[in-house]
Amino acid sequence: MTIPAAAAPRTLYDKIWDAHVVDRQEDGTCLLYIDRHLVHEVTSPQAFEGLRMTGRTVRAPERTIAVPDHNVPTTLDRQQGIDNEESRIQVDALDRNAREFGVHYYPVTDIRQGIVHIVGPEQGWTLPGMTVVCGDSHTATHGAFGALAHGIGTSEVEHVLATQTLIQGKSKNMKVEITGRLAPGVTAKDIVLRIIAETGTAGGTGHVIEYCGEAIRNLSMEGRMTICNMAIEGGARAGLIAPDEVTFAYVQGRPHAPKGAQWEAAIAWWKTLFSDDGAQFDKVLTIRAEDIAPTVTWGTSPEDALPITALVPAPESFAGGKVDAARRSLDYMGLTAGTPLTQIAIDAVFIGSCTNGRIEDLRAAAEVLRGRKLAPGVRGMVVPGSGLVRAQAEEEGLDAVFLEAGFEWRLAGCSMCLGMNPDQLKPGERCAATSNRNFEGRQGYKGRTHLMSPAMAAAAGVTGRLTDIREFAKEPA
Amino acid sequence: MDKFTTLTGIAAPMPLVNIDTDMIIPKQFLKTIKRSGLGVNLFDEMRYDREGREIPDFVLNKPAYRDAQILIAGDNFGCGSSREHAPWALLDFGIRCVISTSFADIFFNNCFKNGILPVVLPQAAVDALMEDAERGANARITVDLETQTVTASDGTSHAFEVDAFRKHCLMNGLDDIGLTMEKAPAIDRFEDGMAQARPWI
Repeated sequence: MTIPAAAAPRTLYDKIWDAHVVDRQEDGTCLLYIDRHLVHEVTSPQAFEGLRMTGRTVRAPERTIAVPDHNVPTTLDRQQGIDNEESRIQVDALDRNAREFGVHYYPVTDIRQGIVHIVGPEQGWTLPGMTVVCGDSHTATHGAFGALAHGIGTSEVEHVLATQTLIQGKSKNMKVEITGRLAPGVTAKDIVLRIIAETGTAGGTGHVIEYCGEAIRNLSMEGRMTICNMAIEGGARAGLIAPDEVTFAYVQGRPHAPKGAQWEAAIAWWKTLFSDDGAQFDKVLTIRAEDIAPTVTWGTSPEDALPITALVPAPESFAGGKVDAARRSLDYMGLTAGTPLTQIAIDAVFIGSCTNGRIEDLRAAAEVLRGRKLAPGVRGMVVPGSGLVRAQAEEEGLDAVFLEAGFEWRLAGCSMCLGMNPDQLKPGERCAATSNRNFEGRQGYKGRTHLMSPAMAAAAGVTGRLTDIREFAKEPA
Repeated sequence: MDKFTTLTGIAAPMPLVNIDTDMIIPKQFLKTIKRSGLGVNLFDEMRYDREGREIPDFVLNKPAYRDAQILIAGDNFGCGSSREHAPWALLDFGIRCVISTSFADIFFNNCFKNGILPVVLPQAAVDALMEDAERGANARITVDLETQTVTASDGTSHAFEVDAFRKHCLMNGLDDIGLTMEKAPAIDRFEDGMAQARPWI
């Protein structure tokens, strides 16, 4: 193993990087060891096929975890099979590949199945200080544990399967500090949307972002995962949050977390995983938590985020290529500049995804919905991030709250975040969504997405328009 | 992987910023278990209407650009999803080089794995090439990886940077995995060390 240089102060990213370098070439390109490889059905079939064609095997099946999530139906009758032939073939291919190559596997029938980025942490596969990759850009989620986690393409999936390593150049260090305390009604989702609004979707390109500051420290693991999940929407392949007691408490006792003496040894190392005083960051952004309002997106890029109290912006208020992009966005979204965001009427609510499909997210939405109903004409869908999240929610009676409010209570999967399964918006439909991307066509052909927190999405469902949760909370149920 | 050395071809202008991989290849085409055949659906929702008819205004539907091998694109090309289907679709259409002021990291990486060269140039150079590309088949642009230059139809040349290792792999059409497998002893040693230092992993 590489012995880290003792003297120079290092960032958290530097430390994890140094601990995983297998080989360094003259031009600085490194071979990085991968501790956990998560696999789903959409970006892996060509990689497994590549292994087969070259007679290669999976080098470390014990470090490889497969779960179908993108294509799986979320309706209660899904055990009867998948109607769409292509989706079925893809899920069947994962099933065959997982068994043939002997990797850990959670099939659709397993209660532990769910979105890969929810299953990993839930099962204790994701641990501080690890390198975690997956053929999925939202792998950044796992950075909440102080793990270096990022998305890779299918060629790299094949590379990791065959060698348990990745050829990497080191990224730059970026620090995003959120000082102070959040105001009531403001959540992790609002923090990350605000950050992306400030940096732009390319602001983090070439960097690994470490999120820090009092407001980040005060977040639960669920909230931290929401933040790191969207690091990629700011262009950073990975987000990181230094592990602390909150992290250790979340990890302890999970099925694949270390136990006994190994737990003690692990904790001892994990406690060294923080950015040293004086460590150099190439970019720094500081935001005061009290300046962050409940935030929603108005356009077709996650950087198009504004406080809910704002107006739809005029394209001319931007500069450069963004002027045309904003014009295109408003046209696509069917919005007029100058309209208050709170006057935008919605047709659908989607609560779920690897951004906001964890138990805390469902609790936040249910709290808003308790004793209330969806506005007439609005359809709502709650899709838990995993079978275990669903079971936990049912134990707490949240399913009854959602059902009484008029929501559908679905089985776990990626669902309407990207609509690879039948859960899609219809053309022109407008959705208050807790997911991560408002791209054109993302939730369905010509569908219109507004990103926001679970509580804000639930409130929008009740009023039938984008709603300031701080005003909503004053109204009796 | 096909080698990339030099390329002279028609360049299609796509000045829109933040073109994401959902735009390049929408989700419904990710259900394939193959790498090939995605070119017909490249930029599907910008290129075809709901009935599958070509939208004549879209750049790659215009007669001048149907054989484009180069894209000149706005800032932050390839952002969003990690789907390698995006470079597969570009390649299958015939695009071997994308030129922009910036690319999203994962897309940038994925290009090199598929014999596509992503070139980063300053705004002024991209603007000049965009203007050149607007002239359609009358403007042929040459990309030379060996000398790391892009030459516009008027002979103006723009130098670009590329990692030495990536250049080497692209110029020789090398398979990364084969190269890494030659380093198996180093990986073995690393794993042995890790079993001592971090046995819980």
